Parts: sequence; C-alpha cells; structure tokens
Amino acid sequence: MATLTAPLIVSSRAEFADSYTLSRYLATGGYVALRTALTMFPEDVASEVDQASLLGRGGAGFPAGRKWSMLRKAPLSYLVVNGDESEPATFKDHYLVERDPHQLIEGVIIAAYALQVTQVFVFLRGEFALGLERVQQAVNDAYEHGALGSKIFGSNFSIDVVVHPGAGAYICGEETALIEALEGKRGFPRIKPPFFPAVTGLYGEPTVVNNVETMSNLPWIINNGGAAFAALGGGRSTGTRLFALAGRVKNPGVYEVEMVKNTFRDLIYDPQFGGGVIDDGAIKAIIPGGVSAPWFGPELLDLPLGQDEVAEKGSMLGSGSIVVMDETTCVVRAAWRITKFFSRESCGQCTPCREGSGWIERAMYRLEHGEGRMEDLDLLLDLCDNIAPGLTWPPQMTTICVLGPSIPSSVHSAISMFRDDFIAHIKLGRCPHD
Amino acid sequence: MTDLTRTTVSITVNGRTVEANPGELLIEAAERSGNYIPRFCYHPRMDPVGNCRMCLVEVEGPRGATLQPACFLKVNDGMNVTTDSEKVKKAQDGVLEFLLANHPLDCPVCDKGGECPLQDQSLAHGSGETRFVEEKRHWVKPVEIGELILLDRERCIQCSRCTRFAADVAGDAQIAFASRGDRIEVATSPNQPFDSVFSGNTVQICPVGALTAKPYRFSARPWDLDQVESTCTTCAVQCRVAVQSSGNHLTRVLGIDSEPVNHGWLCDKGRFTIDSIDGNEASTDLLHASTRITEPMIRRNGVLTSVSWGEALAEAARLLRDASNTPQGVGAIGGAALTNEGAFAWERFLRGVLGTENIDAQYGDGLDAALLQSLPKATINEAANAPTVITLTGDLREELPILFLRLRESAVRYHRSIVELAFGPSALRSVTRVSLPVRPGEAHLVARALTSTGAVDKGVEINEVDLAEARRLIGESGEGVVVVVGRPNVAESAQVVETALRYLAEQLPQAKFLPALRRSNVMGALDMGLSPQLRPGRGFDELAEGRDAQAQLAALRTGEQKAVLLLGGCLLGNVIDVTGACESLENADVVVVTGHGGATLAYANVVLPAVVQHERVGTVTNIEGRVTSVAPKIVAPGSAWPDLAIAAELAEQFGQNLGLHSVEQTAKTIEATTGYPTLSALNDETSDGYVAGRGDERSPRRPLDPMAFPGIRSIEIVGLGATAGAVDVSDVVTAKAPRSAPLGSVKAGRGVDVPLADAYSLRVVLSRRLYDNGIAVQGSPALHNLKAVTTLRLNHFDLDRLGVSTGDVVNVIGERGSTRLPVALDDGVPRGALDVAFGSLNEDGEDVIRPIIDHDRVITQLRLETT
Repeated sequence: MATLTAPLIVSSRAEFADSYTLSRYLATGGYVALRTALTMFPEDVASEVDQASLLGRGGAGFPAGRKWSMLRKAPLSYLVVNGDESEPATFKDHYLVERDPHQLIEGVIIAAYALQVTQVFVFLRGEFALGLERVQQAVNDAYEHGALGSKIFGSNFSIDVVVHPGAGAYICGEETALIEALEGKRGFPRIKPPFFPAVTGLYGEPTVVNNVETMSNLPWIINNGGAAFAALGGGRSTGTRLFALAGRVKNPGVYEVEMVKNTFRDLIYDPQFGGGVIDDGAIKAIIPGGVSAPWFGPELLDLPLGQDEVAEKGSMLGSGSIVVMDETTCVVRAAWRITKFFSRESCGQCTPCREGSGWIERAMYRLEHGEGRMEDLDLLLDLCDNIAPGLTWPPQMTTICVLGPSIPSSVHSAISMFRDDFIAHIKLGRCPHD
Repeated sequence: MTDLTRTTVSITVNGRTVEANPGELLIEAAERSGNYIPRFCYHPRMDPVGNCRMCLVEVEGPRGATLQPACFLKVNDGMNVTTDSEKVKKAQDGVLEFLLANHPLDCPVCDKGGECPLQDQSLAHGSGETRFVEEKRHWVKPVEIGELILLDRERCIQCSRCTRFAADVAGDAQIAFASRGDRIEVATSPNQPFDSVFSGNTVQICPVGALTAKPYRFSARPWDLDQVESTCTTCAVQCRVAVQSSGNHLTRVLGIDSEPVNHGWLCDKGRFTIDSIDGNEASTDLLHASTRITEPMIRRNGVLTSVSWGEALAEAARLLRDASNTPQGVGAIGGAALTNEGAFAWERFLRGVLGTENIDAQYGDGLDAALLQSLPKATINEAANAPTVITLTGDLREELPILFLRLRESAVRYHRSIVELAFGPSALRSVTRVSLPVRPGEAHLVARALTSTGAVDKGVEINEVDLAEARRLIGESGEGVVVVVGRPNVAESAQVVETALRYLAEQLPQAKFLPALRRSNVMGALDMGLSPQLRPGRGFDELAEGRDAQAQLAALRTGEQKAVLLLGGCLLGNVIDVTGACESLENADVVVVTGHGGATLAYANVVLPAVVQHERVGTVTNIEGRVTSVAPKIVAPGSAWPDLAIAAELAEQFGQNLGLHSVEQTAKTIEATTGYPTLSALNDETSDGYVAGRGDERSPRRPLDPMAFPGIRSIEIVGLGATAGAVDVSDVVTAKAPRSAPLGSVKAGRGVDVPLADAYSLRVVLSRRLYDNGIAVQGSPALHNLKAVTTLRLNHFDLDRLGVSTGDVVNVIGERGSTRLPVALDDGVPRGALDVAFGSLNEDGEDVIRPIIDHDRVITQLRLETT
C-alpha cells in the first residue's frame, strides 16, 4: 500500500474551489515564504534549495540548485519559467497553473531573489487558456499586493514578471527553442555548445530556465527548510512529485506522492490514486514518464517512483506522466498515435527527426491499418536506430535536441515487447481491436 | 605541458595526428588532412548551424565516442575524431536516406542534375534502392518567389543555406521557413517577393535543384557547359566569376570564392545581365543598348551605314586628324569599360598620336582622379577589417553591392564600427554605429565637424550625441580608420565631397582610403592615364593641362574643340547635363568605339564595333587597385574588334605604330615600364590577382569545394591565342613606379559656395540605383521588370510639411523646368532634401529629372507643389 505520511507540498490547496485567488492563497500561508526569503541573503536562499536537492521537474531531472550555481555572473541575467507542457497525457503543470498560480509566482519571486534576477518571463503553453488567465491575474494581484514590482514588500529587491503565451508548438518546451520563441524567432532548438542557457541564454545573456512544478516547490522549501524537503523521498529523488496518471485507470488525474517511497503499482492501484485498471483488466504496459519514454512491462510495476530507479531500468520519470495500457489497448495504435504527435511537432530542423518521424508515422499508420509488411518491422527498427543509434536510454543522438530520440521510444518498445501484436495486424489485414 | 610557442593544436583524425588552427571547425581541419566529411547545410562563408546532420562523426568525449556534427565543432587540442567507422557510416547513410525519402526522382528534368551535391552524394554512397514505399510529399512546383527566382519545395532538403544567406549575409530576410515537421517549407511573406539584389546567390549555393534562376532555367545541361575563370566588370568591385557558355552562347555566371574580394557572392546585376551581351539577337535599334554593334559604320546622308573596317578607320582618322590640326581641337571621353590593355592602347594613341591631353574616362559623375590617386589606399579586406570605417558614399548596396556585403559582414559578424555620412537612403544604415545625415552641399562641413574637436559650423545640423560617438570611434581607431569615398550625389558638385575628402586626409593622416567609384574598370582606365595629368601606371604630370569630360563638352559646344573620340557608347546615359551634351555632340565630329548601341549613336559620324565583357582577354583593376585577368568565353558577334586592335589600326592610319601587337605584349609593356602588374595578373588567370603598388602580396585560394560552389567544376586555364613571342616577367619587376600625384591641399577646395537654404525648396540628392538605365540593365531582358521608376523620396517631416503622402503626385519646379512625379516616404533621406534615382525613368519611360538639374550649381533645389 502506498505511503501517505508525506505532506502535500505543491497540491496542498486542492480542496479549495478558489485555490487560485490571492485571498485564499494568503489565507493558507501564501507569500510568507517570500517575506522570509527577503530577510535572508540571496545565497542562503539558494543554499536551502541546494540542500533540498530539488531535481528539476520538467523532464531531465537536473538538480535545480546546481543549475542555479551555473548561472554565469553578468550584469544582466534572466529567469525563464517553462510552462509549455504539451506532451500527450502530461498535465501536471496544467493543474498547477490553473489551481495554484500564486504558489508558482511566489516560487518564481523566491528563485529570482536567490539568483538576483530582476526580469522573469513565464512562458506558458498557448492552449492553457484558463491557466494563462489565472497566472496573469495572479501576476496582476501580486503587483497590487506588493510582491512584484519595485522594492517588493519594502525590501530593496525589485522584480518584473512577464507572462508569455506560446504559439502552439510542442518544441518550445525544449528550453533553447523556448528562448528563441521568447526572442520572437522561430522555435528552433539551439545547437550545443553552448550547452547551458545559464551561460548563454535569452538575448545571449545568462538565463535560468526552470519548470513550473520546480518553482512551485520553493515556497514550501523556504517555509520548512531544504533539509525537511531532502528528508522526504529517497536517494537523489527527494520530496514529492506530481504525477499525471492517465490511460486505462479508474481514476485518472494528478496525484502528489512522495518519491521512491511509492511504486508504480501503488500509484495505479491505490484507491486514493488510480484505483486500479478499468474493468480490473491486466496491465499490458505502462509509459513511465511521458510519451518520449521507453515503455515498461507489468513486471516493473513494483519499481519505486524514483528518478535513478527508473533510469536504471532504461527509461525515465521524465515529465511525470504515467499512461496505463491494458489488454484492451492496441499497442500498435498507441505507438502510431505517439509517433504522429512527434511527426507533427518536429520543428523540421534536423533531417533524421524531420524525415524520420514522418516516415515512421506513415509506416506505423500502414501497420495499424492492416497494410503493413513483415519487413516493415525491421525497417522501423533500423529507421529508429538511425535517429537514436543503439536505441539505448538515455539515447545517443543524431539530432540537435532530444525530440529526435524521443520518436523511436514508443515504436521500439512496442515492436520489441509486442511483436506478435504487429504480426497479428499484418496477418489479419486490419487492427484486431477494431 | 602547454607549449606556449605553439600556434596550432593537434587533433587525431582516424588515428592520424593533424595540426589545426585553434578555433578552426573540425570539418575544415579534417578536409585539409584529406578526410572529406560530407555536408549539405555547411557553407564556408556562413556561420554553421549543424542542422542537416550529414557531417556527423564520432568524437571521443567524457562519455565515450558520440556522434557530433563536424561543421559545428571547433577543434581543440587532443580531440580524437573518427570519420570512417561503421557507426559514422550508418549515421551518414541514414541521413542521406532520410533526405531522399521525400526528394523527388526528377533528376532528368532538374536543372541541378549533373552538378547536384545530393545526386553526387547519393551516387557515391547511397543505397541503390529505396526502402520508402509511401507517397512522397507533394507541393505545387515551382513557385515564383521573386522576379528571378523559382522555388521547388519538393526538391528542398531544408538545409537553410538560402534562408541564412538572405537573413545573415544579405540582410534581406525575405525568405524563411514556414510550417514544421516534414511539411516545413521555405516561403516568402504574403505580398513581399524575394527581391533582394543578391537573390541569385541562393540559387548558386542551393545543394539541390530547389532554387532555380529564371534566366538559366532549362537553358543548358551542366555537362554541355564550358567555362572560364574571369572577372565581372559590371561594377568596379570586380568579383571573380566562372563564366559559362553552351556553344557560343553565354548561359551562366557563378561567383568564385575570392578571399580578398567577393567570397563567392555576386549581385544579381553581375550574375544575370549576361543576356545584355548575347541575349538580344533580334534587336536592331542602334539607339538602344540591347543592340550589339557588329559592323563598322559611317554616317552617310544622315544615316549610319555599314562599311568595311578600312573605310571606317580612314574616316575616323580623317575626322580626328582634321580636328587635331587645331590646338586643343580634339579629345576623348569614356573608356571605363575597357580592359587595362585597351585603355593603355587608347592612351598611347591619344597622347602619342593625337597629342592631346583632353582625356577623361569619367563622365563628370566621379571624383577628381588626381586627388584619388594621391590618397593612401586601402584594400577591400583592409576596409572590412578596419575597426572603424567612414563611408562617404551613396547606398553601397545599390552602387557596389559586394562591397556592401563585405562591410555589412564586418559590422554584423565581427562587430566593427561604421560611421556613415548619410546622403540618402542606405541599406547599410541599420548596421552602422553612427549615421550622420548630410544634406546636399554640406559634406565638407560634416567632415570638418567629424575630425575636429570644436564647435560645428553654423547652419549644419548634427546630432551632438552621434557626433561625439563618431569622434570617439574615429579617435580610438587611430591608424585603423578606412574611409570609403564615392560620389553620393551627382546633382551636387564633386567639389563638396572632394573638399570633405581633403579634410579627412589632412586630419586623419594615418587613415587609408578606398575609392568607391562605380563604373566597371574606371580605376584601371585612370591608372592607364585616361584622365588629364595622369599617366599610365599611376603616373602624374602636374605640368600637363587638359580638359576633363565636362570641359570637353563645353568646348565642343563653343566649337573650340572640333572632334571627340567616345570610348563607349553611353555618354548621354551618364552625363548630368544631357541637353547640353546633345548640343555639344551635334556640333562636333564624333567617333564612337562601342559594342552596344545607345542614344549617343544618334550623333556619331563613325562607329567602330568593339568587343565587350566576356568576349575579350586582358586585365582589369578594381576599386582597391587589384589587377586581375579577364578571359573571353564567347566570340564577339560580327566583325567587332578588341580595343587594342582598333587603337593600333587607327594609329596606323596616322602612319604610326603603337608597338602593341597583342594583349600579352601590351601587358608586358605596361608592367615593364611602370611596374603595374598587368602581365603578372594576365599570366595568373586562376588567381585573385595583384594589388598595384603592393608588390607580390597574394592571398591563398581555398580549394574549390563542390558542395559550397555547386556548378563550378574546376577552372581551366585559358589560352591567349597568338602571342608576340615568349614573355618573360623577370625584367619587369625592376621597373619603378612613376611619380604619383601629391595630395592636393584642402585650401584649394575650401571655397565651396553652397547657396543658402531656401525654406520652400528641397535639395536634390540624385543617387544611384543598381537597376538603373545603363547598358547592362537596359539591354537585359532578365532584369527588364526591375528597373527603378522615378520617385521622389522624402523624409516624413517634409512630407508632412507639404501635406502629401506616399503615392501622391506633385509638381516639381526647378529653375530649368518642371515635371510631375510621385512622392514616397523614406526617412533615410535627410530633412530638407529629396532623393531621386539617377537614370530612372518615369511611368512614360522618360528621364524627366536630369533635364531639371542645375548641373552648373553646387547643388540643385527643387520646389514641390501639390495641385
């Protein structure tokens, strides 16, 4: 059974219908952390976060404190919040921006104070209509409340936050593409080196790019101390994490659970969370960390929800999205639909991703619709190998950004785990699930 | 241990140690060591972006060997690279296969077929069969994205060379990617065609047949083309080019990567106006530039009639002899389009045979040749590398496009400073550090303000912050200042800029100067002595007195000078006072030596047909004094002769022998007597030439990379035909350069008498456009639709003051007449001035602006009135 002793860190206001308002936020301890932080030295704030060992919640899981420490010293630097959550079945930031925008903004101000950055851009997915409205309202309210603007809360620290809606491209979730888009350019990921925006980022200046959930953790960390956060979870995976649970579960939704102390099985089956598989069917496979992650079979359900634990088994916790597939799920169709997403969202810059995603999508479409050939399976694996040589995870790359090697994950997983399902499609001349 | 004396780094490529320059790109270092790495998006003259992924190689790193793009990676000491492993081969083959997945199999009907990097690559390394069984991507093909360029999106491999060239190199971001994934496409914005004057470069660097040029499209197959390396003489930058023909028909001009000059780029005028040479076979109107002059002619009963060379030469000699019998009775105008050898031959004929000093290669639209000669010269590279460049020119993109590209790169890519004296609209403005608006008649005052520390002359409006910044940049640059100087406004007396130039030369004794005269081989013609007081090889005779072009035209009008030899048929297209020039020619005996028709022929008594660009051998000299060779690619039509032969034969009519029997021997004579490197350049056809006065300085040629320059295979050595025996350069190096002109004192030009500003009038800036009404554009069907239409461009202050806006037609009233013209907003024009294009025609095809220019005043003022 799930371990439920951990406090709710980022979803503590879930019970309130007006959780997004300033009044509710203030009534539930809002902006106290910021006032505390402003009494501290910026480096002490940063050191609390470092001590919390807060791993970035955007997908790559890079420690936030270390990212901050890499910020090149310069007269001008920026903080950018990545809220371009656009991957299918990933919706935990969606929850945070709609349900607790002030928590995000408070986290942002704390981070900016720690970094001594005075200009912040919050880049939100353009399709988050309600989220954009609420975050903008929260920003406006925060200005009025004195938490944003010049000399906040009477301190010597001044800060401006601009909310910037994305224009509908998944690729802008890649931090360098996001920066290009913020600069008003086409959202092409930048080639590395330079490897880190912390050295050369927005407008060529040092820039920290952090995820919405990462920022939302900061008020709690300041209120309770980095050590308290680090005491939760296990190993490198400290604290709690929001998971977006989707697919064939009885109660899909966003759940905050303590890391490592809980397993995939806990999250899927516990009545407080997923509540089990629909019609109590058997799990065929799960996607453990968003559709770019390689799949797991049911034998790995008891794996703890920890970054390194999942990485050891060749996948990732990634964007915090867990998709459950049972015997009623057509894995060929699932892989095809995921590929279709990547094909449509490839920025078009690198040849293997641009052409590979389209080619694989078309071949997968044929297979799903009963027009596949046996040789397509090896062809697909070879094409996947040409995008991500060796088909390992973390991947080797032939492209500028990781969208490229994200394409093969589902196809490679589906073919290697469920080759018979593909053969059934080919032999039957149609999808057996139709 | 680090060896501090080392200037190179060592890397290992496929197990072998290779020395590389620090900061060099891996793809370049590997190529030099004999390991060619395939590529599509990489171009040596643009910043790498690493997006085609073709150049993936294995590089050892902390996490083992990983695939990295060689075009983007800079070498560092100890780097260990593998370019030939199975893993590399699989990755590269994979990329190639991906590129071909959606690439149409239309090579048999594709212009690029036969010179296509993708085709070559596929043939060399590709799989024979496709594994792609789906329907390929389809687009409407081709689409016209500009007047000269067609785009076939099915063939496009999204290497972004064209979009990067347009945005980064040319600064005309009119093409860019739209959409994404495998539906990504190169596109223009709605209602904004790709009308960059550099558009043809995108076709040249396209690694597939996605971009094609309308003039060349379907005109030949690459394997039918024959080519020579030569120099483009469409303007005075003189880019190195490969000239290609199919049979005796010019088909294409491609830019060669000349390190000191054009870096592989060309402007569309140089690239596409070859059709003015042999693209108008049906044209017979002798008064139009599209007509080639193919036979000698004499005016009989008022009509130009074809005659034999013998008759024509005899008649020409008779007219010139009669005129030269009276003192100062004869002279010559023109010659800027000649080769150096042709110019030298005419100089020998004019001074040696006719004994006249009335010689001028300019049409009164340039600058004092002796003054230019006296200035310390900068090369184009020196200007592009200077920490601060001062420009006193018109819009360089319109006047000398490739010089514009070089200076733009210097500012944008290398962050060097440009201080611009802005006479009118200028494409360089957006990248300058300081742009000081200069009204007509005030350049010398602004120049004085720039180089002094005191107060600015009264009546001159200069932004103090800008002036301080300009002074700071100039002061900081010390020896590094290069002044680029041309003739920004032909409606303003040359004295104004010349006086400004003298100030700058006096006040900045360490500055170097780059003349920005526009026309063809004008620098070569001046260096060969086609100007009063000048002598071949940059000599100067201060005692000599002769008439320049304007003085000759005046003397012809009064009858003081009886005859004129016109070297080129475009006098009337180029003088400011066109009415006065017609009167002068009407009065005179006129001998015209020309390859093209033109309005001037209406006044010709004798016409001698000459060969033109791409039909002749010889050398030419560009703005920086660089002497390069030109080679013939086609045979001239009819019985046109090289100028050298015409001059020599005409001298024979006077019973004199110029002693010039061949181009090679003439080049030798020049070099032997003056040290001017004509023979050296002529004997070195596949080089970037020699800068006159700079000894043996030569820049290394980069090896021709077919991926960077598709279409140029290799450049063959051109035979010169019969020569006058063996030519030895050994005896020419000892020749001493002749005495050159001393720097004129500023005092001589101090009295520029500019009339007071008239509150009701605007001062005229008569500026140049690339697509003017000159021979090349007038005779080019390809550029026909791009010619400038006469429009008055005004600052918004002046438009508001007049209560008019873009498109309104106003009455234009001057002392010499009036006309009606449309106005347009352009804040590049200084307040109180109006800009109008020289040589442009109004909607009725008439040149209405030149006749109302006050050519004998320092500036022209015009009043605009609404009806």
